[in-house]
Amino acid sequence: MNISIEERLGLVSFEVDKERHIKVDTSLCSECDEKACLYFCPANRFTLEEGKIKHDFEGCIECGSCKFSCPKGVVDFNYPRGGFGVYYKYG
Amino acid sequence: MTEKFDVIIVGAGPGGSAAAYSLAKKGFNVLIVERGKYPGAKNVMGGRMYAYALNRLLPEFWKEAPVERMVTREKLTFLCNKSSVTLDFQDENLREPPNSFTILRAKFDQWFANKAVEAGAMLVPNIRVDDLLWKEKKVTGIVSGEDKIKANVVIAADGAVSLMSEKAGLKKFEVKQFALGMKEIIELPEKTIEDRFNLTHGDGAAQLFVGQCTKEIPGGGFIYTNKTSLSVGIVVYIDRLIEKKIDSHEIIREFNDNPVVAKLIEGGKILEYSAHVIPETSQSGLFTDGMLVVGDAGGLVVNSGITLRGMDMAIASGAAAAEAVKKAMEKNDFSKKSLSYYEYLLKNDFVLKDIATFKKAPEFLQNDRLYALYPEVTCRLLHNLTTVDGAKKRAFDELLEVTKGNRTKMIFDLLGGLKAL
Repeated sequence: MNISIEERLGLVSFEVDKERHIKVDTSLCSECDEKACLYFCPANRFTLEEGKIKHDFEGCIECGSCKFSCPKGVVDFNYPRGGFGVYYKYG
Repeated sequence: MTEKFDVIIVGAGPGGSAAAYSLAKKGFNVLIVERGKYPGAKNVMGGRMYAYALNRLLPEFWKEAPVERMVTREKLTFLCNKSSVTLDFQDENLREPPNSFTILRAKFDQWFANKAVEAGAMLVPNIRVDDLLWKEKKVTGIVSGEDKIKANVVIAADGAVSLMSEKAGLKKFEVKQFALGMKEIIELPEKTIEDRFNLTHGDGAAQLFVGQCTKEIPGGGFIYTNKTSLSVGIVVYIDRLIEKKIDSHEIIREFNDNPVVAKLIEGGKILEYSAHVIPETSQSGLFTDGMLVVGDAGGLVVNSGITLRGMDMAIASGAAAAEAVKKAMEKNDFSKKSLSYYEYLLKNDFVLKDIATFKKAPEFLQNDRLYALYPEVTCRLLHNLTTVDGAKKRAFDELLEVTKGNRTKMIFDLLGGLKAL
């Protein structure tokens, strides 16, 4: 029952859009001590690679947490275009 | 689409559908737009809806709605590392009238939106609203891509992260106002569920968990029984999660491994994972010129610690919004002043009354001791009382022993709790 977040996301249905719905200006991330994004995102879409924050919008389950949880305010949040993104079968 | 509607509703969740259904019944020309492929596609909840609000709108809705189980058993579990204490409440009065049902939103929200369509509302899925349409300082419709659609009133029913309310200047988002909910649907045979939760055939249980499961962060765990699955999840305050540098998704993973939880979900298969923010204390402006805000979008939720409510508030506020629009249509006045009737209705119904009653609850519920000290003290007390190892004390002396050094704080917490909850 104890499965990784990647396996969990594999159970979610997506209509993947080519257009990025969340934009992150990572130029300010190196100055950020908290790096809150590494903790709040329940889909683990923010990762630290060689000291740099990376954001992957594919696999985003649109929970909304990054809209207001980034202490630097560098996340430009929007929903995916109509019909795209996550679609829960149970919800 | 160049047509003008009486009302445009953004979002086909329970708030939007309740408003659409009520307005369509009154004969108004209603458009309800939904960004998902179908109503419910984007919607997440713990898994239990209190029936009262929907029963007012659609009497005995459970006879036709896709409900999972009627909840007749309520459990509250204090979790420690190796022990737990559970309060198990069964009540036949929870049946008449039904107090609450477990539901799965993808199915339920489609059913409810369809009730609005049957009543005459026009539902268009796959539409993301990009902006509001304005005439001077009055909202006059919506913008979606190239399309501009006009209406006398726009109802924002776009959920916890209501971009419509933000665009209208009614909402500012702050991390401390929100909790994060994460959930799994775990498939199990009907009989296994009924055996494990001690249920008569068809009945349901709701179990809340406090303590070790949230790593001492304010919040809790839950399990709701569906027909052939469990809704299993965790809710935590986001700012505290960040402060403690704990990965959100690790908390739900560890919750599955807790011995008490592991026994309940054993042999099950995870069918789906989901997550959403919850506007715990994010109440915002509910009306402006040409616009009303319902449900989560307006922060209309109540958490008393025991009852966690959002859907019933959304439905009641959607129905109240419809009443306010009807009155505004009669006067042909869609100004802020005219639409303030909506707030008047909410204040005279349970929606804003209950929010006012539990106004102090969120602050009280953010007390760390509730999630660390109290579960620990309760488990230790029961451990001491039930263990025989040669030197027994009287129960009262055990109580004094386990509360040593914390009694003053505990008395203040008790008084605070009585006031807040």
